[in-house]
Amino acid sequence: MSQSLVTMSYIVATILFIFSLSGLSNQETARRGNYYGMLGMAIAIIATALSASVTSYAILVIALLIGGTIGAKAALKVEMTQMPELVAIMHSLVGMAAVLVGYANFMDSSLSLSGVEKNIHEVEIYIGILIGAVTFSGSVIAFGKLSERISGKPMLLPGRHWLNLGLLIAAVIMGRLFLQQAETGGGTFPLLLMTIIALAFGVHMVMAIGGADMPVVVSMLNSYSGWAAAATGFMLSNDLLIVTGALVGSSGAILSYIMCRAMNRNFISVIAGGFGTGSGGPEAIIEGEVTPINAEDTAQLLLDAKNIMIIPGYGMAVAQAQHTVNEITKLLRDKGKKVGFGIHPVAGRMPGHMNVLLAEAKVPYDIVYEMDEINEDWGHVDVSIVIGANDIVNPSALDDPNSPIAGMPVLECWKGETTVVLKRSMASGYAGVGNPLFVLENTRMLFGDANATMQAVLKALKG
Amino acid sequence: MKIGIPKEIHPGEKRVATTPEAAEQIIKLGFSVLVESGAGLGANISDEAYKEVGVEIVNNAKNLWKKADIVMKVRAPERHPELALDEIDLLSKGGHLISFIWPAQNDELMQKLAAKDATVLAMDSVPRMSRAQKLDALSSMANIAGYRAVIEAAQHFGRFFTGQITAAGKVPPAKVLVIGAGVAGLAAIGTAKSMGAIVRAFDTRPEVKEQIESMDAEFLMLDFKEEGSGTGGYAKTMSKEFIEAEMALFARQAMEVDIIITTALIPGKPAPKLITKGMVESMKPGSIIVDLAAEQGGNCALTEKDQVVVKHGVTIIGYTNLPSRLANQSSQLYSTNLRHLLTELCPEKNGVINVNMDDEVLRGATVIKEGKITWPPPPPKLSASPAPQTEAPAYASVKKQKKSIIPESIKQLLPLVIGGLALFGIGSVAPASFMSHFTVFVLACFIGYQVIWNVSASLHTPLMSVTNAISGIIVIGAVVQISAPGFVISVLAGLAILIASINIAGGFLVTRRMLEMFRK
Repeated sequence: MSQSLVTMSYIVATILFIFSLSGLSNQETARRGNYYGMLGMAIAIIATALSASVTSYAILVIALLIGGTIGAKAALKVEMTQMPELVAIMHSLVGMAAVLVGYANFMDSSLSLSGVEKNIHEVEIYIGILIGAVTFSGSVIAFGKLSERISGKPMLLPGRHWLNLGLLIAAVIMGRLFLQQAETGGGTFPLLLMTIIALAFGVHMVMAIGGADMPVVVSMLNSYSGWAAAATGFMLSNDLLIVTGALVGSSGAILSYIMCRAMNRNFISVIAGGFGTGSGGPEAIIEGEVTPINAEDTAQLLLDAKNIMIIPGYGMAVAQAQHTVNEITKLLRDKGKKVGFGIHPVAGRMPGHMNVLLAEAKVPYDIVYEMDEINEDWGHVDVSIVIGANDIVNPSALDDPNSPIAGMPVLECWKGETTVVLKRSMASGYAGVGNPLFVLENTRMLFGDANATMQAVLKALKG
Repeated sequence: MKIGIPKEIHPGEKRVATTPEAAEQIIKLGFSVLVESGAGLGANISDEAYKEVGVEIVNNAKNLWKKADIVMKVRAPERHPELALDEIDLLSKGGHLISFIWPAQNDELMQKLAAKDATVLAMDSVPRMSRAQKLDALSSMANIAGYRAVIEAAQHFGRFFTGQITAAGKVPPAKVLVIGAGVAGLAAIGTAKSMGAIVRAFDTRPEVKEQIESMDAEFLMLDFKEEGSGTGGYAKTMSKEFIEAEMALFARQAMEVDIIITTALIPGKPAPKLITKGMVESMKPGSIIVDLAAEQGGNCALTEKDQVVVKHGVTIIGYTNLPSRLANQSSQLYSTNLRHLLTELCPEKNGVINVNMDDEVLRGATVIKEGKITWPPPPPKLSASPAPQTEAPAYASVKKQKKSIIPESIKQLLPLVIGGLALFGIGSVAPASFMSHFTVFVLACFIGYQVIWNVSASLHTPLMSVTNAISGIIVIGAVVQISAPGFVISVLAGLAILIASINIAGGFLVTRRMLEMFRK
């Protein structure tokens, strides 16, 4: 295949990728978008494989087959509640691949460049490996935290900002060394050292971030994996890689921005890590008595209500309660009640986590609302059910300036008639923040495992 | 156990403590129910209606009191006019009584009941907390009183409540002032509002402002800072200055409004005098005052208990039995309150009550336990109210000011300037080949930016997995290198292909799986 033909195929693939992303703007076109993406990928791989520079197919085909099989198996097996972990580990793979490609390119002596071009090429290799390594180790840690192999609590080393700065300076110095030695054909050692520094940086960065900030981290790593691909593209002078990497990179960046805005936190402070360290003054102390309720009374409350809003959180994912919730929803809708779902942008552990879970349970997506769509309407809601959520329904975000989550927009469910909160026990949420919602007069606490209690409510509704 | 419902003997009292509907539920709890013949007549409930649900009708009060283990009444026991003896004497030794008692005002009655070794639960002493709302008879009666107060006012008022423009001329709407926005006040506001009147309301407790406004009434603000909330959601006595400001407000309003409904009560004290003689004189002829505090001496200086009087052209209604004037409705609500109390008393549903003094609600309601006076109960646990935080906002604003040392305009320009300088720096050293790639890169970032903003929030997870798959495009980089000379390079590239293809296959397939699930 001639070079022009390959380039043409790349352009087609690029356009297909753009279609793929724009297809995700709504549910109807999303599936088509996904197919565009597959088609684009297939065209890109085949065109590259057929291009003049590829001559040995054995390894290529074997590697593709093995990788494809593993990927397909993982994709078909994964539980929807484990999506954040899957996404995180896949980010790490991209990072890993970028590192490997970078090293391979570094060792490839067949390229003959000189002067500024050579320097730029080496910088590209260096940056490609750097981003790849950070993405890789950061994603592995994120995966560990999400799958609870590593504690979700932020690990705050003393002087961690200085540590980060030190690592950054070290990386720059290594870069200089690398460039100097590469002039003479060496440079392997600084490159390896830099890789280790970058890995350490990735680990340290994600370790310092609390579990509640995970949606930001996951989308940030998504962005990094894109930039890693783009850097590789520069390194190989491959426009397709550059364009695709840039698309993915900006996508992740926008998602991170949306998540940060949803938590009213600035991106730097999330990345710098440590939740709630910046707030001064004591938090308002929450005192009062919670009012418990049992499943039967909850069912009665639901039967008496006209307008019901359900607010799912990470607890619903943990308890796998989404199917039971859907059955309750169906039952109530059949009885002529208006049932909706209110989704906070950072509910769960990754952007859109709750939507996927509800979709898995076959909750119709047109009754699933975003926070901005419903936050004005709580006055009309008779009963809202909070399932395993805490910080996203915390009134102190609005009225306590000393709260660690002060200023974060929250679902203002307490403005409705009655709120039923499903909770395992009276412990504070992921962010370690107490919640005055629980002691409000119109709040009822339904203690127990979310799925078990929801089952009980369902039974009471039926009987 | 047997529950007895005697006929109420207080003059003008038409309510009955249990309706057939409630009796049916009580029987389900395992109790048997006895009703004195004719007890429900005042509330339009016949003996037959009781019999239908399995209630035993007892001919006279004496028998009933003797047979019953638990007596449920509306009014506190008093002298029986026909039998010429006290109801307390009818109560069997060690028996149970559930009714309104008002222990603070009726010391003598309490002593007598204690002497009988009785266990007495006072419906007026049920603590005011969320869990006890369903047995809060004071609230349910106050609700009715508030409604009835407006109806009484309407009956004596010579005009429409609602404004109308008719062929025969224009009718202005009535102006109603409600003082005290407790349960009764809010019920009065709602009723008057639904009849079309212009309603204003006043209360010393600022937190009820929202409630008043939610009923679409106007909250009269007093330009004076003093917190009027006492414990348990009731009002407390205010300072002298506050009362003066308040009186001035009422004096102005009295000249303007047509109807005043007063519901101001402070627990355990005589009702505050809010409407003076002078204010009554200043009201327009034909105006109405309904004084819901008449029982405790009245909020208006000219109120006469249980009477309707016309003074200075103003009709002043001082009925104290407003709930009884809606006997069927109040009996229904009251008996439901009693039924809920019985449910609390008998959690096992076996027809035996257990006065559990560890239960906060039952502890509060029980004023005499087996002859021992247990009133007043220990203060209820604090209702949840956030700690006052007057200092905090000031702190936050200081912090904000500190942050903005750099002027806002420079702050916005800064990234642009830095970006511009960086671009300039790159442009000055980079070769042409790099620049073409860079162009592509920047444009792609912008396309990505435009496209991604359109993605619906509910599809963020599929977006991430699909971008994940797409970023597997890095496989291209490995494919290009796989045929480069050198074994190590081939191995590295091979590994990279393997890893990236996991991504591609996994990402696209899991996205497909997810998207299949999104259904309307």
